[in-house]
Amino acid sequence: MSEPILKVEHLKKYFVAGGGFLGGNQRVIKAVDDVSFTLLPGETLGLVGESGCGKSTTGRTVLRLYEPTDGRIIFEGADITNLSGRELLPYRRKMQMIFQDPYASLDSRMTVGDIVSEPLDIHHLASGKEREEQVRSLLERVGLKPEYASRYPHEFSGGQRQRIGIARALAVRPRFIVCDEPISALDVSIQAQVVNMLEDLQEEFALTYLFIAHDLSMVKHISTRIGVMYLGKLVELGQSDQLYHDPQHPYTKALLSAIPVPNPKAKKERIVLQGDVPSPLNPPSGCPFRTRCPHAMKVCAEVEPRLQNISDERQVACHLFR
Amino acid sequence: MSDNLLQVDHLRASFFTHVGEVQAVRDVSFSLKKGEILGLVGESGSGKSVTCMSVMKLLSHPGRITGGAVHFRGRDLVPLGEREMQQVRGNEISMVFQDPMTSLNPVYTVGSQMVEVIRQHRPLDRRQAKEAAIKMLSLVGIPSPEERFHNYPHEFSGGMRQRALIAMALSCDPGLLIADEPTTALDVTIQAQVLELIGEVRERLGTSIILITHDLGVIAESCERVIVMYGGMIMEQAPVEKIFFDPRNPYTLGLLQSVPDPTKETRERLQPIPGSPPDLLNPPRGCPFSGRCRFAMHICEQRLPPLYEVEEGHQSRCWLLDEAAPRVPEIRKEGAKG
Repeated sequence: MSEPILKVEHLKKYFVAGGGFLGGNQRVIKAVDDVSFTLLPGETLGLVGESGCGKSTTGRTVLRLYEPTDGRIIFEGADITNLSGRELLPYRRKMQMIFQDPYASLDSRMTVGDIVSEPLDIHHLASGKEREEQVRSLLERVGLKPEYASRYPHEFSGGQRQRIGIARALAVRPRFIVCDEPISALDVSIQAQVVNMLEDLQEEFALTYLFIAHDLSMVKHISTRIGVMYLGKLVELGQSDQLYHDPQHPYTKALLSAIPVPNPKAKKERIVLQGDVPSPLNPPSGCPFRTRCPHAMKVCAEVEPRLQNISDERQVACHLFR
Repeated sequence: MSDNLLQVDHLRASFFTHVGEVQAVRDVSFSLKKGEILGLVGESGSGKSVTCMSVMKLLSHPGRITGGAVHFRGRDLVPLGEREMQQVRGNEISMVFQDPMTSLNPVYTVGSQMVEVIRQHRPLDRRQAKEAAIKMLSLVGIPSPEERFHNYPHEFSGGMRQRALIAMALSCDPGLLIADEPTTALDVTIQAQVLELIGEVRERLGTSIILITHDLGVIAESCERVIVMYGGMIMEQAPVEKIFFDPRNPYTLGLLQSVPDPTKETRERLQPIPGSPPDLLNPPRGCPFSGRCRFAMHICEQRLPPLYEVEEGHQSRCWLLDEAAPRVPEIRKEGAKG
């Protein structure tokens, strides 16, 4: 067992809603509520869940793009939870992010070359000829022509823009990348191009990924392990094949059964969940999933189940496992 | 022919922009039987939405239909004026759009919007229309519809809004429902609910459905027949099982190979389609897919292949299906999956 590159312990991120100038009716949204996991070097942890489950907030909080409310983030053995901006800078270099929307995440007034080299400037990694050379090789590495460096983002398609975003993330030679829905905005035929490239880059640069997505088939394809989130909590965590073929948590079962499989002969039992995800402003007592759970018991409304090991590599938060 | 509810013949539609004519739909012909559920699959810019907007005659400036005919119950809709089309829309053909957030007016209650639609098309008074609306809301599975009738759209969740829109679309008992990416904006568990609902609607009301999507999974689970579009054209048309297990077009094959099949134990590397879709401002002279096709031959760039009849009900636009073409095992028999 090698040392984990990232350890997240009891991470919480609460947002305050309402209130305003005169105070008033302030309410707390527990976007991420007591989430713990570790990431080993070179692996990919997939985070899945429906919108509003806190998967993106988890990714951003881990990178300290949001200030955590509570808990600890340990990156390469160092506690970075409370580091100040300047102290954080060397770690920022090792942790990068690829965003969902390739249209919003590139500054339309900067050339591709400036976009890709901006991280090099911030971290004083290269300048002059060397900087130019690095931009060229980064663009080539993500399958773009080096001449594109002088063009602007609007000249590129969604898939090409996403490649530019990836080149920018790679510029500082990071160890760890949070990929926040990196393919959701792309066409099917382009998604596979980007996923294959992420896999190649992972091997070449020994990268560790936190891969956030709602497309479970793609997450299963790319991830070593998968964590399933619901209303700010991690409800199940396990090896990706095992989790997919033998889900334990009732929510994971329902989520998996809901994926439309591209195979018209695959007849399967679909568990159609009733109702919607409850509002995070007013979450149910006890287990967050109990309002939609087909197995809900009395205890589920009273006690919140903790994430516990049910086997070597599987953790589940559910009262059915006690 | 007489049991065809909808018959689209050589439909063409273009957008006339300041840089030139964008040919979004190029010579599309297909038909739809009563009670049938047809999937239209393709990537952005393939022309699937524009085809359906043309059927509804909802293309707005600078887009317009430039040729062809759309026969609905035997009557050609293309020459009809706006007033006549308003009678067709809602009454006979209804549409549900991708984004349930923007399809409803936020300043009116869901109920009043439904009543407006119903009274537009049916000779009912307010009370009767309200009853009809509540009945539709309960049909699409909205709990306590009498109370929900008085709610504003923001009080509905995304899934419920899409249900309400489906209720609205069905409230005048149309023969054809066009659903344009109805579940793309929804979460998977909600998507499952909505797809289930669409299937039920067809079974209970006998409505024909055109389901537009880019998601092959949705197609596999919901549709009987599939049309694969690319570059404004139909590339392949076949029963759903043929599309998945015996595709005869390299583009269909490419699409199938670029999505992971999660039911498989082993992790295979995805096979993406290289390059990007054609520019419809200057569409390629030959096959629209020729620039990205791994089987492309000289003729593919020169001349547009016709739709070959592979067998009854299965057509594919590819020069490889020509008598004179070399045999390519991948798109002969072996199929993509299996």
